[in-house]
Amino acid sequence: MATVVQAIRLALHVGEERLGVTDVFGQDVGPPLGGVFTQSQGLKTAWNTPLDERGIIGTAIGLALAGQRPVAEIQFCDYAFNMIDLLKLAGGVSWSSAGDWSCPMVLMTPVGSGIRGSIYHSHSFDAQATRIPGWKIVMPSNPLDAYGLMLSAIADPNPVMFLAPKALLRAKAGRNERIPGEPEDDRTLSKMIDAPLGDRSKWRPDWPDVQDFFIPFGKARVCREGRDVTVVTYGRMVVVAAQAAELVAAAGVDVEVIDLRSLSPYDWDAIKASVRKTRRVLYLNEDTEVTNFGEHLLRRTVEELFYELYAPPRLLAGAHVPGIGLADSLERASVPQVDQVVAVLRELAAHQP
Amino acid sequence: MSTSPSRHPNAAAAEEQPLSTEVLLCVHDAMLRARCLEERLIRMNKQGDGFFWVGGPGEEALNASLGLLVHKGQGPEHDYLHLHYRSTATLVAMGADPMDTLRQMKSVATDPYSAGRNFCNHYSLHRWNVAPVSSPIEVQFSMAPGTALANKRAGGRGITIVQGGDAGTAEGDFSTCLLWCSRPGHELPCLMIVTNNRWGISTLSTDQLAPKHIVDRAKPFGIKTALIDGNDPEVSYRELKKAMDYVRTERRPLLLEAMVSRLYGHSSASGANFVPDEPDCLVLFENKLEERRILTRQAMDALRGKYTQELLDASKRVRDEPQPKGEDIWKHVFAERDGASKPDPKGSG
Repeated sequence: MATVVQAIRLALHVGEERLGVTDVFGQDVGPPLGGVFTQSQGLKTAWNTPLDERGIIGTAIGLALAGQRPVAEIQFCDYAFNMIDLLKLAGGVSWSSAGDWSCPMVLMTPVGSGIRGSIYHSHSFDAQATRIPGWKIVMPSNPLDAYGLMLSAIADPNPVMFLAPKALLRAKAGRNERIPGEPEDDRTLSKMIDAPLGDRSKWRPDWPDVQDFFIPFGKARVCREGRDVTVVTYGRMVVVAAQAAELVAAAGVDVEVIDLRSLSPYDWDAIKASVRKTRRVLYLNEDTEVTNFGEHLLRRTVEELFYELYAPPRLLAGAHVPGIGLADSLERASVPQVDQVVAVLRELAAHQP
Repeated sequence: MSTSPSRHPNAAAAEEQPLSTEVLLCVHDAMLRARCLEERLIRMNKQGDGFFWVGGPGEEALNASLGLLVHKGQGPEHDYLHLHYRSTATLVAMGADPMDTLRQMKSVATDPYSAGRNFCNHYSLHRWNVAPVSSPIEVQFSMAPGTALANKRAGGRGITIVQGGDAGTAEGDFSTCLLWCSRPGHELPCLMIVTNNRWGISTLSTDQLAPKHIVDRAKPFGIKTALIDGNDPEVSYRELKKAMDYVRTERRPLLLEAMVSRLYGHSSASGANFVPDEPDCLVLFENKLEERRILTRQAMDALRGKYTQELLDASKRVRDEPQPKGEDIWKHVFAERDGASKPDPKGSG
């Protein structure tokens, strides 16, 4: 079964073969490395660029304007902050030209903590990203969603940000989450598409015949049904929420976990339906908590669902500090941990109106 | 001007090959129409018919020549234009309707460039490959390598033209363009133009930029350069043509620096009043045309009067056109059609 990073690679391959992708590019994206996380190994349109994030995003915009289908990579989202104005510009191509131009491009970038990445390999980007209108923004939590969301990102006529939780890149699919057409055995898949160590100059991938599988934007996935408390989350925190849900289940608290998958557009109907059922909700993500995307969802919950709630809605997010410290104790204190989620779930479940 | 183009090794000699009378008349006509348009825009702003003016009086000799030389059309077989907000004469020379510029000035719903969303002279025209002009300085230089790469792949003669001012070269995007267009073995057909008016709003570039000439910055990249007198339309036309021919055929970049004037200051924010102590390319050119008996003073004055009157009439008509509706803000946040890969059937060269 494919890992998240293999799923991304398979989707990019399908993009090249069937969806018109012309360029997969960025620093270290082309051969010999094929991406620092191996996400672009063996792709026929992958190429290396100067270490210049503004050039990478600017060139992607230019390619998109000229009818090409670029997938640009910023090696870590921590290095995307010097191009915020270009992201704003890409998001404004259609609007500012009153629909005359469009900017069909994909920007993929690894996000979040969980690999002990220190101050500049642990940032999240969802709070920044969701403040830039005109972009569609997705964030998968498993291989099948990574595959299906990447195919939809490539096919979309708008700029799409594909935020890849870096701590989940090696995560494997669960049962019944196989990419259509991938080999049964993960060793077989690895032999087919993972580049060998050492000299790769003569290596070519043997791509499996994977099928089209598009996940529409704005459709959340209920990854665990429950009746007592709703957790709305995405990316790496889906896994944390699922672990916390199992832990509180033993104490009789039945948690529903919703993986948003897509932050722009987002599935308000799914959130609303779940909150109306459980009447208790936790918004969970690892970006810094001040002006956080979860705060927006929380505000909407208060405005639209206030009288249906049995407990004050909660947000659990990252500490509002400048970076994630390297020491284990510092990282754990900076982003939500399973025990904190468990504690909030218990409080929510116990709260009586 | 403080810098004498003739001292630079690449400086163009005006006396090389004379342009035909037909070309001279075309250039003059485009320059004059663009100047009359700018003067009308400034008046509209001063009379309250538009919130802000920024434009290119003083750049007409260069920009009109550019507009006449562009391989106009849609898609990578044609030239892509990443212009700045002083490129009025380029659009006029390409054949854009001046009425549309007035519409953008008045922020009416019929403004074809932004439907009332952007400042005047912020052009955007997909059918002619004119990428949306944006107020942030120099970002167009980061985008240009992308369209140039598409030009290169298309295999035709289409090139990318990117233009900005001297002050903007301080931004990293200028270096980005030099870098990305000259990657060894991957050189791109991109003509970079810097119109050097020696000013960034109120700051003199000679106080901020150490290189004697901006073109000198291209040398370490092996990029060919040209430094020209952008106030002389004959030099501008000839040198632009030479530069474009080089980029078209060699499929390599070229940096052209044109010394120009800024005749009405930075924008309406600084008053938009005529600056009498800078060379006026239109006056200088008209003197030459008169001396050479190509046009009489009387004929040129009559033409100016005609264009001025036409634009005055047009500006009155624009007042009656509808403003955008508040709810229109929600339109085009996302593209509904795939504008980039499926050309507008109405689009034409």
